[in-house]
Amino acid sequence: MAIKGFKNHPYIPNSVPEVQQEMLKEIGLNSLEELHAEVPEELKLKENMNLPKAFQSEYELRRHVEGLLKKNKSCNEYLNFLGAGCWQHYVPAICDEINSRGEFLTAYGGEPYNDFGRFQSLFEYQSLVAELVDMEVVNVPTMDWAQAASTAVRMASRIVDRKEVLVPKAMDQEKFLIMKNYCDPDITLVPVDYDKNTGLMDLEDLKNKLSSKTAAVYFENPSYLGFIEVNGQKISDMAHEVGALSVVGVDPSSLGVLEPPVRYGADIVCGDLQPLGIHMNYGGGQSGFMATMDEEKFVMEFPSRLFGIAPTIVEGEYGFGDVAYDRTSFGHHREHGKEYVGTQSALWGITAGVYLATMGPKGMEELGQNILQKSQYAISRLNEIKGVIGSRFNTVNFKEFVVDFNATGKTVKEINKELLAKGIFGGKDLSSEFPEMGQCALYCVTEIHTKTDIDKLITAIEEILHS
Amino acid sequence: MKKLGLIINPIAGMGGSVGLKGTDGVLDKALELGAVPRAPLRAKKALEELLDIKNQIEILTCSGDMGEREAMEMGFNIRLVYNQSTNSTSSEDTLAAAKAMLLENVDLILFAGGDGTARDIYKAVGDKAVVIGIPAGVKIHSPVYAQTPSKAGQLTRLYLMEKITKVEEVEVLDIDEEAYRAGKVNTSLYGYLKIPFEKKFVQNRKAGTPMSQQASQNSIALDIIDNMEEGTYYIIGPGTTTRPIMENLKLPYTLLGVDVVLNKEIYALDVTEKQLIDIAVYNKCKLVITPIGGQGYLFGRGNQQLSYNVLKAIGKENIIVAATKEKISELKGNPFLVDTGDEETDKMLSGYIKVTTGYKEKMIYKVKA
Amino acid sequence: MKRINRNFKVRNFHQAKWDEPIIFELSKKGERGILVPKAGEEIEKAVGDGISALPETMKRKEAPNLPEISQPRVLRHYMRLSQETLGADVNIEIGQGTCTVKYSPKVNEALARLPEMTELHPLQDESTVQGILEIMYKTDLYMREISGMDRFTFQPSGGSQAIFAMASIVRNYHRDKGQDEQRDEIITTIYSHPSDAAAPAVKGYKIIYIHPDEEGYPDFEAFKEAVSERTAAFIVANPEDTGVYNPRVKEFTELVHKAGGLCGYDQANANGLLGITRAKEAGFDMCFFNLHKTFSTPHGCGGPAVGATGVTKELEKYLPAPLIDYDGEKYFLNYEVTNNPYSIGKIRMFNGVAPVVLKAYAWIMSMGAEGLYEVAKVAVLNNNYLFKKLMEVDCVDAPYIRGKQRVEQVRYTLEKLTQDTGITTGDIQRRMMDFGMHYWTSHHPYYVPEPATLEPTETPSKEDLDEYIETLKHVFKEAYESPEIIKTAPHRSVCHQVDESGMDDPEKWAITWRSYLKKYKE
Repeated sequence: MAIKGFKNHPYIPNSVPEVQQEMLKEIGLNSLEELHAEVPEELKLKENMNLPKAFQSEYELRRHVEGLLKKNKSCNEYLNFLGAGCWQHYVPAICDEINSRGEFLTAYGGEPYNDFGRFQSLFEYQSLVAELVDMEVVNVPTMDWAQAASTAVRMASRIVDRKEVLVPKAMDQEKFLIMKNYCDPDITLVPVDYDKNTGLMDLEDLKNKLSSKTAAVYFENPSYLGFIEVNGQKISDMAHEVGALSVVGVDPSSLGVLEPPVRYGADIVCGDLQPLGIHMNYGGGQSGFMATMDEEKFVMEFPSRLFGIAPTIVEGEYGFGDVAYDRTSFGHHREHGKEYVGTQSALWGITAGVYLATMGPKGMEELGQNILQKSQYAISRLNEIKGVIGSRFNTVNFKEFVVDFNATGKTVKEINKELLAKGIFGGKDLSSEFPEMGQCALYCVTEIHTKTDIDKLITAIEEILHS
Repeated sequence: MKKLGLIINPIAGMGGSVGLKGTDGVLDKALELGAVPRAPLRAKKALEELLDIKNQIEILTCSGDMGEREAMEMGFNIRLVYNQSTNSTSSEDTLAAAKAMLLENVDLILFAGGDGTARDIYKAVGDKAVVIGIPAGVKIHSPVYAQTPSKAGQLTRLYLMEKITKVEEVEVLDIDEEAYRAGKVNTSLYGYLKIPFEKKFVQNRKAGTPMSQQASQNSIALDIIDNMEEGTYYIIGPGTTTRPIMENLKLPYTLLGVDVVLNKEIYALDVTEKQLIDIAVYNKCKLVITPIGGQGYLFGRGNQQLSYNVLKAIGKENIIVAATKEKISELKGNPFLVDTGDEETDKMLSGYIKVTTGYKEKMIYKVKA
Repeated sequence: MKRINRNFKVRNFHQAKWDEPIIFELSKKGERGILVPKAGEEIEKAVGDGISALPETMKRKEAPNLPEISQPRVLRHYMRLSQETLGADVNIEIGQGTCTVKYSPKVNEALARLPEMTELHPLQDESTVQGILEIMYKTDLYMREISGMDRFTFQPSGGSQAIFAMASIVRNYHRDKGQDEQRDEIITTIYSHPSDAAAPAVKGYKIIYIHPDEEGYPDFEAFKEAVSERTAAFIVANPEDTGVYNPRVKEFTELVHKAGGLCGYDQANANGLLGITRAKEAGFDMCFFNLHKTFSTPHGCGGPAVGATGVTKELEKYLPAPLIDYDGEKYFLNYEVTNNPYSIGKIRMFNGVAPVVLKAYAWIMSMGAEGLYEVAKVAVLNNNYLFKKLMEVDCVDAPYIRGKQRVEQVRYTLEKLTQDTGITTGDIQRRMMDFGMHYWTSHHPYYVPEPATLEPTETPSKEDLDEYIETLKHVFKEAYESPEIIKTAPHRSVCHQVDESGMDDPEKWAITWRSYLKKYKE
C-alpha cells in the first residue's frame, strides 16, 4: 500500500494538487514523493501510520469530542471541595475574554515592537503581582508552583553558595517529588518535622537541622494543609542567622487579608497563579511565579525572562525589553548556567494580570475575607457532626483545612465514595500521603461555595455517618 | 561637553593600494608607485556619524592631516593637542599624540589606521584610555577596529552619549611586515586595548540568556581549576581567556607571557622556551591555551615560547584548549590552526581536540596544520 | 473607486497603536472592576468577620496597591493591548523559525473551553473524568504510533521541560544500572536547541558539543571522539535548526548504544517528518513532541504548552507518575508502572496540561494519518519553495549542503548584505515589522553569521509565501538604496526603536511599575 495524503484539507492551503504541482515544478521536482530525499529509505515509513481516519467535517469532530467530554462530571455539575494545589475560584468573564483573543493566543516569539501588547501585558502582570506580594521583581511565569519553588531554592543555593534546603515535612508530597528531582543531584532537601497539634513547623527540629550548610528554608503560607504558618518571622530569622535565605510559597488569593511574606522576612517568594482567574483545567491551569526585591544579587539569579519598561527613541513613548539579557552569575558559575528556560505559561500570566486589575485592592480583600468566613463556617459546621473534627490542627486556616474522620469508624475513601454518589467531591484523602494522621481529608472552601453548598455537605456527611 | 581624541595616521593603507603588504617602512616606495591617502576619507566617514551631536563634543586632535584638517572641514569644535613635526615618523607622531590626549583625560580616542597604528596607540595608552579604531590600514587583525568606518563612528557616538557604558579588552595583534611581504605570517600579540563593549547581537526573544563573555571566561577558569591535579605543572598560555584562572587562584600573572602554576601556586612567571622544556621533560604537566587572533591559531602565533619542542614534551593529551563559544562562533566553522614550524608536531596536533567552553562544558573541534 | 493594487506584493501596513497607559495609570479611586460574593448574614452571624480570627502578625496591614478600575476600562485596555500583538491569527507566520507556528484551529480552542474541560479538578474520582482520561490515553496511543515509542507522559509542560525530563530519566536509568558515577557526559550538537544542553546541565551533566562538518551534518569523526564509557546520553535534534537532516543518524545512535548510553530525540523540528520517519527507526530510546508547535495547540505568548515525552518499554518505569491507562473497561491513573525507586517521580503537578492534550487530540482527529503525511509534505514543499526563491537573491546564502533539500526550515545568512551595506540581520528583523511580518535570527551564539531562520510550516498559501519573499526582497533593496530607513525601523509598528541601554543597569532597569516609579521620579 502506498502512502496517501489528504488533499484539499481546510487547514492546509497548499494541499490543493494543482498548486502543489506548480510549486514542485518551481523547485525542479515532479512529485511530493521526491521531497524528503535526504531521509534514507530504510528509515522511511512504507505505509500510512495506523491512526483513526480523520473526521470528514468540523461538525463531526466537534460532536465526537463533545461526546467524550460529556463523560466527565465537572465541578459545575458536582459540588466540589477538592483543593490541594488546584482551587476552584470564580473566573471573571473578562479573564476568558482576554485570554481567548486570537492575538494573545497565537503570539509567541515576536519582538517588543510587533508583540508590544504581549510585552506590556506581561510587564503589567509582573507589576500587579509585585503589588500583591509587596516586592519589586516578578518573573514571566514558569510552569507551576512546584517549578517556581524548585527554581527559587536553586536561586537561593547559587546566591549563598550552599547545597542544602530545609522544607516542611507537611508539604504536598508531589510538589516535594518535583523539587527533589529538580534539585538532584546538586541540592539535598531535608524535611523539617511539624507540630502534631498545630501543624506548624517544629522550631526545635528546624534549629537542629539548620547549619552552615543550609542554603534556604522553604515554607508555605497558607501551608499545604491549609493552616497559617504563624511563625513566619521566627523561621526567617532563624534562617538568616545561619546565613541562609527564607523562601516562602504563597497562595496569592490569600494576600488581600494575609500579610505578604516579605513582611516576615522572606527573601524569595513563589506561588501559583491559578487562583487568579484561571480555570482548574484538570490541573492544566497551574502557573508559577517568583518574586524578590530589586537587588542585583537576586535579579541576576532569575533563570526566567524579566520584562522591563524602557524609553524609545521617541520621547514620551513606552517601550519594553528583556532586563539583564546576558545574566551574569557573579562568581557562582559552578552552578551551571542559569537553569533552562523555554515555553512555560505566559498566557496564564496575562490572565492573572487581568484578574488583579479587575479585582483591585477591595476585591482581593473581600475575596480573602469571604474565604476566611466560609471556611470557618464549614469547620464549625463539621465540628457539629459526631465523630468528625472540622479542623485537626488548632491553628487558623485559610481556604483549606484537614478534616479528621478517625472517630467515625469509616475511611475517607468510603465517605468520599458515598459523597460522590450524592454529587459531591469530598476533600482529598490524606491517608496515604500522611499515614500518621490516619483517616483525614483536606477540604477546600472558597468564595464559590454558598451557605447552602456547605450545609448540603454537612447534611450529606451526617447521612453517611449516622443513618 | 565630551572630549574626543582624534588621530589619523595619514599614510595608513597606502601600501595596500599599490600592492604592498603594509606601509610600515616602505612609504617612499608606496608614494613612488602612486599610492593615495585613504585614511582621511575613512575618518570623515566615521565623523559623519557624529555631526548631529557636534555641539556636545570637543575634538582634541593633531595638526594638519593627522586630524585637524578633516575635523575642521566638517565644522567640529577642535583643539590641537599635538603638532606634527616634519622629521618624525608617523609612528612617533601617533605615540606622542595619544600620550598628549591621555594627559587631557579624553573620554575616548578615535583613531584611523592599521595594525601598526593600534600598536602605537597601545604603547602610548595601555589600558588607561578607551579607544576605537577606524579601519584604514592594509593589515587589520586587531579587533580594536570596527567593521566599517561608519560603525566606528556609531560606536563612538553611543559611547559618548553614554548609551554604552561597558568596555571590553581586545587583542592588539600585528604581524611582522617584512616577513609578511616575504610571504610568511608571523603574528604577535602585543597587548590589550579597551574598546566600548557593543552587544554583537540582538536580544533573543525565545530562548535563555547567554552568559556574558566575562562570565563565560570565568566559568571556563573554574572548570579548569576544579580539575587541577596535585603535582601537575599547569602551563598557562597568554590571553584574556586564561587570565581568570590566575585571578580566581589569586595569583600574579603575565597577560602576554606564559606562566606556570603548581599546586595552585605560582611556580614561575613569564617563562622562556628553555624553561618550559625543562619543566615538560621531567614533570607531568598540562598546557592551557586559547586561540589568539581571529584566525584561530592555537600555536605559531603570538605564543612563540610554546615551540614544537615544548609541545612534543607535553603531548597532545595534556593540552587544554579554552575558548568561549562566542569566540569559536567567530571562526565560522573553520578549524583551529597550528603552525609550529615542525611538520611532525603539526601532524600530532591535527585532528580533533576537546575545547573547554564553560563549566562542565566542552566542544569537540577540528584542528588543522 | 479603484481596487487595491495587488501587483505590488508588499503590503501597505500599519500596526495598531493606542499609546495605552500602564494599567496603574488608569486607576481611579473608588472604581470597581467586579463585585465579589459576600458571605451573607447567616455565616457572618455564625463566625463573625473571619479576619479577626487571624493572629495580628499575619493580618495584612496595608491593602495591596492594585489599581482601581471599572470593568469596561479594564476590558478596553486589554483589548487594545491584544491589538498591539501580532499573533499568528493575523499575520503570515513564516519568520519564526524553529517554532512551528501554524494554524491553530478555532474549533479545538472552543472544545478546550467547554466546562466539561475547564471545570475539572485534577483529583476528581476517576469515574468522573473518563472523558478526559480517554482523550489523554488515546493521544498517548497516537503519539506512540507517530514516534514508534511505547509510552508517553504529558507532564512536561514545554519542550525544555521535556528535555529536562529526558535528562532526569537518563540519570535514574544509569543509577539503576549502577553506572551513574561513571557516566557524567551528555553529547549534543551546536545546532540543536540550546536547552538540549542547558536542561541536562541542571541535572549535573557535563555537556559535550559536536560541530557540524563542511556539509552541515554532525561531524561523525568528532562524534567518535566524544563517545566513551563516560557517555550518559546523546540528545539531539534532527533535522537541526539548519533544516539539514542527518541521514547517518542511525550510526550515531548505534555508536552511543554500543558505548552503553541512551539516545534522546528532540523532536521540536518534527513538523516535516510526520508520517515520514520516526524516532524508533532512527534508534532513539526517548523523544518528545511540542504539542504547541507541531500539534497546533497554539503558543499562547509562550505557554501553556506540553512537551509530550515518549520512551521505549525499557524506560517506561523511569517515567513520572501517574501514567494514563485503560484496563479494557475504564481509563485510570496508573501508579504501578512507575512504582519503583528509580522513577523520576514527578515533573509537573497533577496529570499534565490536559486542555493542550485535548487540542492536540482534536487536531490529530482532524488530520488522520493521511493528513499528518500531508502536513509533512506541504511543510517541506513550502520550505523548499521559499528556500529556492530566496537563494536566487544575491545577498542571501545558506551555509552547508548545496543542491539538496532542507526539511522544514532553513538557517540563512545575510553576511553579504551586511558586508555590502552595513545592515545587519537584526536591522532586517525590525524593518520586516513595518510590513506585518515576523522574522527571526537565531539562538546565540551566531555560528552562522548574520543569521535568519525561517520556517513556513504547512499553513501559508503559495500567495502568502510569495508575499513574504517579495517583502524580504523589498527590504533587501532598501538596504542597498536607502539603508537609513532600515536602521531607524520600525516606523509602522507599535512603538519606535527601544533604547535598551538601561536594561543591563541595575540603577535604570525597571521590572515592575513600582520600580519604575522609584527610579524615575519626575
